[in-house]
Amino acid sequence: MNDFVERQVTLRWAELESSYDVVIIGGGGHGLSIAYWLAREHGIANVAVIERGYIGGGNSGRNTTVIRANYGIPEAIRFYQRSLELYQRLEDDSGRWIMHQEKGLIWTVHSEGTVRGEKKRAVMNTAAGAETVFLEAAEVKKLVPELDLSVGRSGYPILGASYHLRGATARHDRVVWLLAEGAMDAGVHVIPRTTVTGITTAGGRVTGVDTDRGHVSTGTVVSAVGGHVTQIADMVGVRLPIRSHPLQAYVTNHYAQGFPMIVGSVDFPFYVSQTPRGEMLMGAEYERAPSYSYGSTFEFLQSCSAKAVAMLPFMADLRILRQWAGVCDISPDASPIMGRTPVDGFLVTTGWGTWGFKAIPVGGEQMAALIAGGETPELIAPFSYDRFANDRIMADAGSAGTH
Amino acid sequence: MALQIPCSFCGLRPVDEFFYGEVPEVPDTITDPDARDVDRVFMKSNRNAPTPEAWFHVFGCRRWTYVTRDRSDDSWL
Repeated sequence: MNDFVERQVTLRWAELESSYDVVIIGGGGHGLSIAYWLAREHGIANVAVIERGYIGGGNSGRNTTVIRANYGIPEAIRFYQRSLELYQRLEDDSGRWIMHQEKGLIWTVHSEGTVRGEKKRAVMNTAAGAETVFLEAAEVKKLVPELDLSVGRSGYPILGASYHLRGATARHDRVVWLLAEGAMDAGVHVIPRTTVTGITTAGGRVTGVDTDRGHVSTGTVVSAVGGHVTQIADMVGVRLPIRSHPLQAYVTNHYAQGFPMIVGSVDFPFYVSQTPRGEMLMGAEYERAPSYSYGSTFEFLQSCSAKAVAMLPFMADLRILRQWAGVCDISPDASPIMGRTPVDGFLVTTGWGTWGFKAIPVGGEQMAALIAGGETPELIAPFSYDRFANDRIMADAGSAGTH
Repeated sequence: MALQIPCSFCGLRPVDEFFYGEVPEVPDTITDPDARDVDRVFMKSNRNAPTPEAWFHVFGCRRWTYVTRDRSDDSWL
């Protein structure tokens, strides 16, 4: 952590002890969020969060900071809507500023099929609590005057859009720091630059973790790892339905403040929003080939920029400042996997794919409730690990806008 | 990842021309037939290491290519 961060938040670092009630592997948004809610809601503060690099240095620092709840199945909509509401309250509850900005989100549609799909989804989302309306093209133009309704010469003009009113963005680093500070204040030990090298079991039960700073005994290990969760689950012999795919993103130089909302397209998968610094932040689909590579490519910039410029012609005059990649855990049904595993005491929160940031508060709240109470909360019960064997697939592909 | 797939018939071609196919790897330790089915359909070895893969050249020769790729750095073996 540098001086700037230290001035924003008070992070109290601790030394790794030899025993904890709960050990969380992964000091990103989800890991720290579980610790935050465990300590503050349930009074379980004898918790260690072990992070291989620095906190928030994985996907929590690589995402495009979109918070929304317009998903494709009622269970997911309710879950993300809860997260959206927790994000709205997070600043008031903690007294810290995460630059939460409610700006609304539109997804444009360019074909008859997606018009029908988005009309249906708007009704379903509103019914499940995430207010969404379908707009005709002229109304879309009023909301975002920068849009070219004909989409250049693509032959796929904007026919309408689904408008998710409560879509928001927040500064991802600040979310991580807020949760770390809140957890540390309550007594949680956050241990960066420490690698978990193994998980010890006895009689099918977790007994501790081995790290490069020594053994830690605990009865409960939670994997909140992004990207490399398979390697953690391998330590206890749990097979996960997870494939790791890289996802890229990039930002342009500054544009006049005031680009009104988060704009995405269903038919040309890409989305863009303006950061508080004025940069235009863009992302698109994850790479089709599974990989752990963090490499960035020109091909991605080319294909994403082509869509962005066709939809929003002013972007042609902008310059690209930075690009980066993260490694996402993609599950077969494009829904997260949360809860117990066949190994007693080993829990996972994974499958966060390209939609993990928006779920940070609710993921932590619900996993903490599961760890503290022993009962799987109703909100995350549909996302259990055993749903694959039990033929209860939560098929939600396409809702992430990154497929 | 500027990935190019070495198609056995067309040579190196861009990844966008291909459809990714899984080569299921069910561990021998799973013996129950139902559990093996679940594993074959859903579970992944997802190795951060060289892995056998199948790619279908859908926008090309429309034939399958079997390759081994090191997923830690996207190099072909």
